[in-house]
Amino acid sequence: MNGFGNKKCEYLYLMSFHIQRMPAPIRLRELIRTIRTARTQAEEREMIQKECAAIRSSFREEDNTYRCRNVAKLLYMHMLGYPAHFGQLECLKLIASQKFTDKRIGYLGAMLLLDERQDVHLLMTNCIKNDLNHSTQFVQGLALCTLGCMGSSEMCRDLAGEVEKLLKTSNSYLRKKAALCAVHVIRKVPELMEMFLPATKNLLNEKNHGVLHTSVVLLTEMCERSPDMLAHFRKLVPQLVRILKNLIMSGYSPEHDVSGISDPFLQVRILRLLRILGRNDDDSSEAMNDILAQVATNTETSKNVGNAILYETVLTIMDIKSESGLRVLAINILGRFLLNNDKNIRYVALTSLLKTVQTDHNAVQRHRSTIVDCLKDLDVSIKRRAMELSFALVNGNNIRGMMKELLYFLDSCEPEFKADFCLNFLITTVIIANTCFHCYVFLGVTAGSYVRDDAVPNLIQLITNSVEMHAYTVQRLYKAILGDYSQQPLVQVAAWCIGEYGDLLVSGQCEEEEPIQVTEDEVLDILESVLISNMSTSVTRGYALTAIMKLSTRFTCTVNRIKKVVSIYGSSIDVELQQRAVEYNALFKKYDHMRSALLERMPVMEKVTTNGPTEIVQTNGETEPAPLETKPPPSGPQPTSQANDLLDLLGGNDITPVIPTAPTSKPASAGGELLDLLGDINLTGAPATAPTPAPVPQISQPSFLLDGLSSQPLFNDIASGIPSITAYSKNGLKIEFTFERSNTNPSVTVITIQASNSTELDMTDFVFQAAVPKTFQLQLLSPSSSIVPAFNTGTITQVIKVLNPQKQQLRMRIKLTYNHKGSAMQDLAEVNNFPPQSWQ
Amino acid sequence: MIKAILIFSNQGKPWLSKFYQPYSEDTQQQIIGETFHLVSKRDENVCNFLEGGLLIGRSDNKLIYRHYATLYFVFYVDSSESELGIFDLIQVFVETLDKCFENVCELDLIFHVDKVHNILVEMVMGGMVLETNMNEIVTQIDTQNKLEKSEYLIPHFDNHDRE
Repeated sequence: MNGFGNKKCEYLYLMSFHIQRMPAPIRLRELIRTIRTARTQAEEREMIQKECAAIRSSFREEDNTYRCRNVAKLLYMHMLGYPAHFGQLECLKLIASQKFTDKRIGYLGAMLLLDERQDVHLLMTNCIKNDLNHSTQFVQGLALCTLGCMGSSEMCRDLAGEVEKLLKTSNSYLRKKAALCAVHVIRKVPELMEMFLPATKNLLNEKNHGVLHTSVVLLTEMCERSPDMLAHFRKLVPQLVRILKNLIMSGYSPEHDVSGISDPFLQVRILRLLRILGRNDDDSSEAMNDILAQVATNTETSKNVGNAILYETVLTIMDIKSESGLRVLAINILGRFLLNNDKNIRYVALTSLLKTVQTDHNAVQRHRSTIVDCLKDLDVSIKRRAMELSFALVNGNNIRGMMKELLYFLDSCEPEFKADFCLNFLITTVIIANTCFHCYVFLGVTAGSYVRDDAVPNLIQLITNSVEMHAYTVQRLYKAILGDYSQQPLVQVAAWCIGEYGDLLVSGQCEEEEPIQVTEDEVLDILESVLISNMSTSVTRGYALTAIMKLSTRFTCTVNRIKKVVSIYGSSIDVELQQRAVEYNALFKKYDHMRSALLERMPVMEKVTTNGPTEIVQTNGETEPAPLETKPPPSGPQPTSQANDLLDLLGGNDITPVIPTAPTSKPASAGGELLDLLGDINLTGAPATAPTPAPVPQISQPSFLLDGLSSQPLFNDIASGIPSITAYSKNGLKIEFTFERSNTNPSVTVITIQASNSTELDMTDFVFQAAVPKTFQLQLLSPSSSIVPAFNTGTITQVIKVLNPQKQQLRMRIKLTYNHKGSAMQDLAEVNNFPPQSWQ
Repeated sequence: MIKAILIFSNQGKPWLSKFYQPYSEDTQQQIIGETFHLVSKRDENVCNFLEGGLLIGRSDNKLIYRHYATLYFVFYVDSSESELGIFDLIQVFVETLDKCFENVCELDLIFHVDKVHNILVEMVMGGMVLETNMNEIVTQIDTQNKLEKSEYLIPHFDNHDRE
């Protein structure tokens, strides 16, 4: 090329093209400014796409100089929601750069764009490793931060050693970051926890609050994960108490002061760690009693920070084995919180009271009126908490008053509450208030469509069985649906009731309330409107038609009208309605003599296991409907998983397996806690055919059907006359049944099993389980031991009580599990050879 | 553990979003939208704690928010954090921003997202609170910024403009 005499000209010539083709990428600021001028989403998208294209080409150029700027822009666009994955590798390149500026943005990008689901992130491992050993502490800090944020298990495993080293450094900036990074490592790879143990020795000796803070976090994490660590760190309690004391007593320290309190964050953290250490440990709890009392009384509560500390203190007091004086102090503090003007304080107070209501029920009861006042608060979160707490506080004594308040609340609360409310309400009333029927009707009336569909049959059943309330019920329901047919379950129940008790309605017999004046025609008007209304579902229409039909025997003047209505629907499009109408028509025409008998008042229904109460019991973690679950006499609990195995194994529908001992701890849902609180109540709905001398069950007394017999001599002399049987004999294990019949209760048979072992090795972990057909009830008491000694040198004895009200032939399926000769054995058998005297 | 930190305007535009648990991009955007929806209809004088939205764990997680002028600061935490403590932490965060930016306003946050991230990184790491002492944080930020500036002075094509 002759035009270019020298290389420099050539270079400049070529560069000019380059510059023309590739203008410098715009700065982040410019991009933001541009985007803000966009008036529509589409415009913004267009700008972003254009910029993305520019960034992509720039990345392709492999230009180190602008990479930083481009990635910054990419991160901004990512935050707005646009895809930015093509920048991931660029972040890695930035991390690998020598410049701090690049590294800073690179690591930030890695934290925002990458996580362990992308394979790319593993490429960072080497960079991070180098940077952890960098000469500049800020670079080390960046590396620690990124590792602690999004390090995957592989990365953590590789780099744990480096982190551990940094945990021991004297540089407090790095030490605190290393501590948190260690927490992340432990979370990802719990096996590595041991590795950090030596480094924790001196952590609490630090003066720097940042390090102290993160060290406490690290110790907390370790204690929460491993009971051994927990035991090991208990010895730190005195040191923690000392640190806390210094913080409180030290007076004003400008660097750590927040609103007049010295480093409240650290105080809160230490209190939390103390809580974990003191739980279930008398000595540690003893050691912290003083300081907790001190914090509780000395903390300034005018600002939020003081309250935060106080709150944490209260939680700690409630959780450890504190003395009762301290506990009362704590609950009173919570009570004071409830009266505070600050909503946040009230909120946290309600939350903690909910947690403590199980253990310190009486103390919380004292604040009931304040809690009930909170139901009227404007704040949704507070209302919800107050509602849950109110339900937890309901007991036999205060139920009437509480229910009134709660129902008033229901009237005014938001829709999203109503479903929860109903569930809680159902649970409460079913358990406590078999007699408090008022409330149930109220519920049906006011909560309307928020009641679950399957509650309709339950409600109807309840109404039927409460004979004296019929008039009141039908009146209330009638009033409730006047003009408003939108709530289907409510309309269904109302229609049913009107059909059943329409005569009571018309005759104005209500005692509970001012009886309303309504004529038969008005009632029929309502029912017909339900039939016509667009809002009625097919099911509801069915209810209404049947109700109209039933009224033909209860009403006197309007039978003709009823006939007419029924015949009209004989040609309805809805097949169900049509069928019903035709049949009812036939009833009028051909079978009029049977009509009054057929449409008679419904009798009191036997309480079968319905969905309502049974499902509630299911929230306790049982997997089978267990209305027969009862509280056993205090004996060692056995795991329910065994019972579930039995269930799986048997699978048969006609056998009701027995759970050897009922679990006494229930899951944490509010409903579950409620049941726990009232768990003593016998939830059985089955008619108690066994005569129990005990009266209607009260809250404090367990009332297993057979317990009432315990005060009287159970066994009669005829007992020795019943032959014993060998129920099982295999592999050296023999199980014999001996029988006794009860004096007072002929339906009860007491079987004593004796398990013996004729082999030369012991059988250990022996568990006996039994299942009986549904018509029986079974209770298994605790075995004498779990080892069947060899060579018949001893036996395991266990008592089974069987209730056989229908005097059916006794059958039993048994399952045996034990360890023998080093292997786990398991066997199932059916026992059919019960002597007739044992069950007849 | 802190699950997420969000800052957005009164209209719901996100000015900062940091998630400490892996969520896909779509989920992240949905969470931002849902949070705004939950928080914007709150009155001024109700409490600052809410149950988490559908996407972020419902009743296991709590939403703690503070409203400053035209900005919402939202922290999502799980049950291991003290609500009142986080409430104070937000205040400390905002005061730190104030110190770093000199009377911080919304525009500062908008145009200097990366700086806000840098400050946040000094306070919260991996979802856990790292440092709560405002002066300490400010000192460290200043030192790091100086380090960056010193790299500009190296003669090169003057092209890094991170400002």
